[in-house]
Amino acid sequence: MIDVKNLVKTFKDGPIETRVLKGIDFTAQDGEFVAVMGRSGAGKSTLLYQISLLDEPTSGEIRINGKEAHLMSEHEKMLFRLTEFGYVFQDYALLPELTALENVALPILMQGAARSAAEAKAADTLTRVGLSTRLDNLPSQLSGGEQQRVSVSRAIAHTPDVLFADEPTANLDRESSARVMDIFRELHTAGQTIIMVTHEDEYAREADRVVTLDDGRIISTPALKQGGLA
Amino acid sequence: MFSLLNIRIGFYLAVRQLRRASRWTTSLIVFVMLLTFLNLVVVTGILVGLIEGINESYRTQYAGDVIISALSTKEYIEDTSGVLAFLGTVPQVTRLTKRYQAGGTIEANYLTRTSETEKPNATGAQVVGIDPSAEDAFTGLASHIIEGQYLAEGDYDQILVGNFLLARYAFGEQPGLTPLENVYPGTKVRLTVGGVTREVVVKGVVKSKIGELGMSVFIPASELRTIISRSDQNVAQIAVRLTPGSDPDAFKDLLLASGIGENARVQTFEDSIPNGVADIKTTFAMLGNGFSSIGLVVAAITIFIVIFINAITRRKFIGILKGIGISGEAIEISYVFQSLFYAVIGSLIGLFVLYGVLVPAVAAHPIDFPFSDGILVAPIDGTAVRIALLVLTTVIAGYLPSRMIVRKNTLDSILGRN
Repeated sequence: MIDVKNLVKTFKDGPIETRVLKGIDFTAQDGEFVAVMGRSGAGKSTLLYQISLLDEPTSGEIRINGKEAHLMSEHEKMLFRLTEFGYVFQDYALLPELTALENVALPILMQGAARSAAEAKAADTLTRVGLSTRLDNLPSQLSGGEQQRVSVSRAIAHTPDVLFADEPTANLDRESSARVMDIFRELHTAGQTIIMVTHEDEYAREADRVVTLDDGRIISTPALKQGGLA
Repeated sequence: MFSLLNIRIGFYLAVRQLRRASRWTTSLIVFVMLLTFLNLVVVTGILVGLIEGINESYRTQYAGDVIISALSTKEYIEDTSGVLAFLGTVPQVTRLTKRYQAGGTIEANYLTRTSETEKPNATGAQVVGIDPSAEDAFTGLASHIIEGQYLAEGDYDQILVGNFLLARYAFGEQPGLTPLENVYPGTKVRLTVGGVTREVVVKGVVKSKIGELGMSVFIPASELRTIISRSDQNVAQIAVRLTPGSDPDAFKDLLLASGIGENARVQTFEDSIPNGVADIKTTFAMLGNGFSSIGLVVAAITIFIVIFINAITRRKFIGILKGIGISGEAIEISYVFQSLFYAVIGSLIGLFVLYGVLVPAVAAHPIDFPFSDGILVAPIDGTAVRIALLVLTTVIAGYLPSRMIVRKNTLDSILGRN
């Protein structure tokens, strides 16, 4: 479970201060699929980066499964990101010199697994997302949709508590986007907690709840009935 | 910090980065490392080899491994026959040559001088009485004849003249040394030794870069004994060559223990080299190290720039790696491994070039310096130290920029923010 209280994030550029998040209260339950929406500049991605421990809030509290994440050291945050979280970035974020298999295996290796075990797990995850024949391909040899599926595989291969996705379909065509959302649906059905930033109403409807931000504040957070807006 | 896990992941990343890097770029960097290695070894090696070439020439062309000479208070080795008898019992002695020595002068223009007031074209010289065949077998003296012919055993009133005694080869007039003009094989010159003057014919000219040959006059020993009225067989010098691998110092100790030191001065060839030469060698070694250090700095800067550019252009991926939980230390270690690769491969190729090509090539064809046949000195232990220095410098040069980039804020790196 993720519990955020009065989260503030201010950016400083010399004398200029920009308050992007202005006191966010947010909760995500285990197994919940939350979509974060809002117009450009509302603070969606900034909120995602704070609760996924990629950035440090200016003030406020972030509790993850009861742990005070906002008080963790950099090393503790790194370990948390490695073991508890998975990330899917908008532009896939794959290492160009690693094959699909190696990209997915890398975080598992970092957890201390033997290479054979890590690659076996990576191969299994890539097969689940329909990429069993692309294990030895470099990212440059994959389509955008395939790269994003590799990115999803990397995010879920170590069975994280929470999957964070920042505009995962923004750079994909409709067919590829649909395939990625199919994977998210399957993961959600299996009990995966997902927090996804998106511009697209169509994909937000997959979520249990939509959190809408405007000007750094949550303006609505209605729960969705399964398969449709309330 | 440098845990086994971080090292494992760092190596994993490094191998894959190197495997997929541009081969041209990798080759170029390795080439820079190779040149730096050669600079580190060869610059010092040639400078030291310049002096070592003198030492080696001195040993092979004059002194042998051990040289036995008269005491400073004597003109010859007393009981030379006893010394020779003892040397004959030592199995390490493979060859020796005996030399008589006396100071003398040579005058070249005595036939053409028209006035007593005209300055004689004369020079002082060390006159060395030799057994021509034994001397040639020991030093290869005959191979140093550049004009005329070598001496034969029965030659009478014939001499060999060192090239530095002749104006056309000398470095010019110096105090006590007036090079001889117009002296060629067949030229008659006046040789004066111990007050006795004899007209002799120059049979040949000896060229050598060591003064003991280049500034000497060689004459058959029997004739020199006649000139200086010596009927005994005591010589001024005995040069001894030992079996390969023998220790000259141990042999010297053996001779001294046998009592030879009471009648003669016993020196290894290193002992007999003038002190100044050893000092020059040390000085050249220091100079060589200084010059090649500059190359090391250049190589370090090159690696720093290469790694820095690599890391700064991959800053986003470094941020992503950190974002998904890969430790910064593992990423830094991957760059250290890459730097290590460049240094090690460059050094290995350098070792092959050095010991497989350069050292044997220069040994076979020494560099023709004016005063030395220069060789390339590259002792294994010295080379190993230089490799370690190159590797260490390169690793540090690769670690520093990677640390600079890895330590940047993770999210700023992912988003490309400054």
